[in-house]
Amino acid sequence: MSKVVLKAINISKQYRLGQVGTGTISHDLNRWWHKARGKEDPYIQVGDTNDRSSKGSSEYVWSLKDINFEIKQGEILGIIGKNGAGKSTLLKILSQVTTATTGKVKIRGRIAALLEVGTGFHPELTGRENIFLNGAILGMTKPEITKKFDEIVDFSGVERYIDTPVKRYSSGMMVRLGFAVAAHLEPEILVIDEVLAVGDAEFQKKCLGKMKDVAGEGRTVLFVSHNIQAISNLCNTGLLLNKGQIELKGNVEDCIKKYMLMSRPENLKTIGLEDRLKRGSGSVIFEELKAVKNGNESWEFNYDEDINFKFKVTASADTKGLGFYLALRDPFSEEIISNFKMIITENMIAKGDSISFTASLPKKTLRPGQYGLYFTLSNSEFKIFHDVLDNNVNIPMLNINPVSMDVHENIGFVTMPFNLKIDP
Amino acid sequence: MTSKKIEDDNESWDLVLEPSTNWYSLGLSQILRFKDLLFLFVRRDFVSIYKQTILGPIWFFIQPVITALTYVVIFGLLADIPTDGVAPLLFYMCGITLWNYFSDTLSKTADTFTSNASIFGKVYFPRMIVPLSVVLSNLVKFAIQFALFIAVWIYYLITDNSVHPTKALLLVPVLILLMGFLGLGFGIIITSMTTKYRDLKFLVTFGVQLLMYASPIVFPLSLVSEKYPQYKLLLLANPITSIVEAFKYAFLGVGEFNWLYLGYSFVFTLMLFFIGLVVFNKVEKSFMDTV
Repeated sequence: MSKVVLKAINISKQYRLGQVGTGTISHDLNRWWHKARGKEDPYIQVGDTNDRSSKGSSEYVWSLKDINFEIKQGEILGIIGKNGAGKSTLLKILSQVTTATTGKVKIRGRIAALLEVGTGFHPELTGRENIFLNGAILGMTKPEITKKFDEIVDFSGVERYIDTPVKRYSSGMMVRLGFAVAAHLEPEILVIDEVLAVGDAEFQKKCLGKMKDVAGEGRTVLFVSHNIQAISNLCNTGLLLNKGQIELKGNVEDCIKKYMLMSRPENLKTIGLEDRLKRGSGSVIFEELKAVKNGNESWEFNYDEDINFKFKVTASADTKGLGFYLALRDPFSEEIISNFKMIITENMIAKGDSISFTASLPKKTLRPGQYGLYFTLSNSEFKIFHDVLDNNVNIPMLNINPVSMDVHENIGFVTMPFNLKIDP
Repeated sequence: MTSKKIEDDNESWDLVLEPSTNWYSLGLSQILRFKDLLFLFVRRDFVSIYKQTILGPIWFFIQPVITALTYVVIFGLLADIPTDGVAPLLFYMCGITLWNYFSDTLSKTADTFTSNASIFGKVYFPRMIVPLSVVLSNLVKFAIQFALFIAVWIYYLITDNSVHPTKALLLVPVLILLMGFLGLGFGIIITSMTTKYRDLKFLVTFGVQLLMYASPIVFPLSLVSEKYPQYKLLLLANPITSIVEAFKYAFLGVGEFNWLYLGYSFVFTLMLFFIGLVVFNKVEKSFMDTV
């Protein structure tokens, strides 16, 4: 068994919200006074969990709370979580940019952090001078940099500009140079924030390749990214954070699955169809509506499950003919599919009459993701609208969960049949 | 969901990150490990200042000369402040050269945290490297201005017999070191105290200016002892006074040289630097949260 190279024991980090001003000094004085008498920090007990969207009662929040984990040598740990889950705070603590409020981290070997590329680049200095400066900031010694200098320049691909001040560089060149220096760091533990989301496609590929090499050399890497693809490619273990706490630590695929499940809307409330906007004539309205999975209401389906919507519509006036239309939208409310159009009846519907029907979408058609829904009731010519419902107003989004890790089954919007035949 | 607790152990680790560690350590071993960075910072400061200028480092000369000439006109000719019988230009240059080292060091180290927040927020290296690099790069600048002063001094030494260098010249390196550490000590205390509350920052800009008039730069200490003897002690409470006086005594043979006063300045500098170190170490760990 390989040895543990990093151990986080009970780390928590508290932040104070709001502005620093005269208000904070009373807290500081109070804290100092408690400390002077040998008492505990009076504000350490308070604090809400870090939920960005809900209004908290305390001025203090715990960005991280009781984080415990171990990393073994050679482990490539992917840290994932939603915005505000505490990923960056954790990285900041591990890279010594700030300290935890409580708890400690123990480390074996040299640790280097890469939270940004090209840290400390001075615009007036040349590429050559900045390689040395940046390398030294990241913890390399001058002989180390000199030894690797040619490799770094070669990797960056900006050889021609190496004696030009970096303020004349394009932003892409700056990033290339920055990453090239960082890629040639040789610490035992490397902490990397989402720095790969820069540069052109060719360079990104190069960076990912380089990171794989680093991992192959038996060094330990901690990698934070929103890029699930990169995480699953690179990492062998995962750490899923949620609201400042560890949700799961273990196999990277398990973490990604759980993370994807977490991205669903937090509560699927029963739909309040009562107080909706009146966006049609109102002579026939949706009275009941639910998405059904195995007989129960659910707005979440697996990729390989049939999707059913059950409707009950009621006429509030005598009406002739009824048409139903369903559209699926992408997250920007642009229609993806709009061919679900059906005439329910051409006959008269009397006031007070109800009709129930089910609309079905075949399985393995919609790709994993979130879809907005749009339902309308109209006359049989689809000219006069009686009722309109959509995800912007009062119905939940439709969620499709992936069932495999196969990229070619998880990206895009729809699956279409297709044929290929070899020409004679 | 809470993760399972991991027990603390007594094994040996290379690095332990904790909210609090010894508050007095300078972290010399860390600084030594990053010594290349220290020199690269010095180089950067020096090289970048005069990039895209035509005169380049000549500006280092122009600045003290013009200042000294201005003082000659204003304090020497107009205000008629005596200079202990030394040629005014030499007298002022002597004071200005040493004073500039102190004030440049102080005002530049005083915003260590705020002006380097973008680097400090992204990567760790011993924070002390930055103020130390300021002391060194200002020392380079001082050396250039000092060379200019020496040239002027030699000229007066040959042509004017009012200049009498003394044995105290041997002390000059110590005096320079004291000035540097005084500036550093004040600077790191101020920067540590301004990460959260910026109030002190306003004091620095004009405080340094005022401090110059509370030091015998444009007037000799003898003038005060002569006209206002009751304020002499007050002036001597300023640790810079005895250093500047000793500096002038060494080169020009005028001014008061007193081991007791100098000893006071020495102890003051040491204490100040030590206090600065303690405050700086305390702040550097988590200043990113409040800066």
